[in-house]
Amino acid sequence: MTQMTVASARARHNAYLPVEAEIVEFVQESQTIFTLGLRLTDPALHAAYHYAPGQFNMLYLHGVGEVAISIVSDPEHEDLLTHTINRVGRVTRGFAQLQVGQRIGVRGPFGRGWPLREAEGQDVIILSGGLGCAPVISVINYIMRRRERFGHLTIVQKVKHVDEFIWPERYEKFKQVPDTTVLVASTEGSVNWRWDVSPRIKILEEVQVRSERTVAMMCGPEGMMQSATQYLTSLGMQESSVYLSLERNMQCAVGHCGHCQFGGQFICKDGPVFAYSEIKHLLGTRGI
Amino acid sequence: MQFLARQDFPKLLESLIIAGYQCIAPQIREGAIVYDKLQSVTQLPQGYRDNQRPAHYQLEKNEDVLYFGWAVGVQALKPLTFAPRESLWTAKRDANGKLTFIETHPEIPPTAVIGVRACDLAALHLQDQHFAYNSYSDTYYNARRRQLFLISVDCAFPASTCFCASTGDGPSAQTGFDIALTEFPEGFLVRSKSSRAEAILATLPLTEVSETQQQAALAQNQQAIEKQTRQLPSRNLKAAFFANLEHERWQDIATRCLACGNCTSVCPTCFCHSESAEPTLDGSSNTQYRQWDSCFTLGHSYMHSFVLRDNILLRYRQWLTHKLGSWHDQYGRSGCVGCGRCLTWCPVGIDITVEAQAICGESL
Repeated sequence: MTQMTVASARARHNAYLPVEAEIVEFVQESQTIFTLGLRLTDPALHAAYHYAPGQFNMLYLHGVGEVAISIVSDPEHEDLLTHTINRVGRVTRGFAQLQVGQRIGVRGPFGRGWPLREAEGQDVIILSGGLGCAPVISVINYIMRRRERFGHLTIVQKVKHVDEFIWPERYEKFKQVPDTTVLVASTEGSVNWRWDVSPRIKILEEVQVRSERTVAMMCGPEGMMQSATQYLTSLGMQESSVYLSLERNMQCAVGHCGHCQFGGQFICKDGPVFAYSEIKHLLGTRGI
Repeated sequence: MQFLARQDFPKLLESLIIAGYQCIAPQIREGAIVYDKLQSVTQLPQGYRDNQRPAHYQLEKNEDVLYFGWAVGVQALKPLTFAPRESLWTAKRDANGKLTFIETHPEIPPTAVIGVRACDLAALHLQDQHFAYNSYSDTYYNARRRQLFLISVDCAFPASTCFCASTGDGPSAQTGFDIALTEFPEGFLVRSKSSRAEAILATLPLTEVSETQQQAALAQNQQAIEKQTRQLPSRNLKAAFFANLEHERWQDIATRCLACGNCTSVCPTCFCHSESAEPTLDGSSNTQYRQWDSCFTLGHSYMHSFVLRDNILLRYRQWLTHKLGSWHDQYGRSGCVGCGRCLTWCPVGIDITVEAQAICGESL
């Protein structure tokens, strides 16, 4: 199906209505973080389901409600739709108790994802804080599978506690990939912690901007992203080449319910990924 | 433009009913004008004025024959298109855990609304932009919206809270109606904008409009403009608001605002709503509802572990900077049509025109 027909099919379709999906995989990543691998139970819908890294789905837990979760699987190389979820709220606590074979509802994909076309041929810096690594892991995997299309890759992951760092074995593998720098730090260390221990985002100071042709993509607390952007632009990066994934209360996911407004932007529809230049006037302002 | 004599006005209602419309029109309920189903013109609020000022609304009997001699009722058209509460879908779970999702769609008969104000038509257009003419067109909104047949009546007696002339949305209807009426004691000047309106009008004993009547309509409109004492600055206030996010006036407003959400409930353009899941006791079935929400509630900005706008200052600021500021980014104009309802129904009488001037005045 072409982009056009997908768009027009969606215009006719009721974007509020979920479809059924089966949990095919359930992976406990840490004490509170888990990954659901989903397959839409209608094979035709599953085959026709297209998405881009950085987009999200609304996942429905029967009788409890919906929650917006980013898609972490690779749209071209993975059959299952995977979502990595932190058990923090009413709906996600419910999802944490599900098992393989159980059914949930899915509607999506929604939003504007990462600028992967634009990043081709350029150096890429990927920065995340806390569970921000879930949205960006889709980009990291995407680039790793197509490594030759991109320049130098820098991956920065900052966590407060070592428990928040999931997928250590993946980061070990990323380190072995040529032309790739991996920087991981935790505010608090522990006995088996093999990466850096540093406060705030001091680890950023190790990031090098090697070329004017560099794109940065980041996800995490807004204060962290703001400091990181200021640092990267001080090294010569363009504000329009720094992309941030924002998060707000989302209920409808189609720009109608009003909860996710960030100034004039609807994060669910106009984002969640924005160029810094699009949002800098309000980023970091209390209550926006 | 044609003329419909007052004694023939009931024939308009009859024609609409014969054409298959349910008719909704202003009526008095518990001391206020509301839209409700109409069977007979005797139910219209004939000979009433509405005395409105911040935190005050009172109907006053006036012995004239006008049906529409008041300004605006409690609600605009919003509840007819964007339902205060409605179900979106039902999910059923069978014994094997299989889920089936069933759309629930509103069944709305063709509906003629009589007595729509110009400000409310402007607000409807803004809601159309938000719900219908968007990248995702809202099937629930559309199902209600497409059934509406709109008969406006120009506003001749603005309330003290009205400022539609300054927002460019009234007091006379220019667009968005099927039939537009201008009311005089002897009858109505009639304009139409749609072929289905022509079909209704063809059944009525309409006569030619005299030059005097046309002049009288223009004079009435001019008087309605001149009666309006409040105004919003007509320019785009977005830059001024966002340059003044730390203005001390916000704190002053926050000490008065009760965060009750009355303003957002009566605002004809506010579109925020929340979703909720309502399962049956045995868990086999769940219905997903949406209902009006307000940016004045704590839950509106709730994010997994915290509330983004945890005080009234931030919540009022969100409302006003969106309504008069960032709305320009979204839909190319301000989100305020000058109906004045948020002044009238605010229990402490906060006046959006005064606050906008206090915050932006020095930046204009």
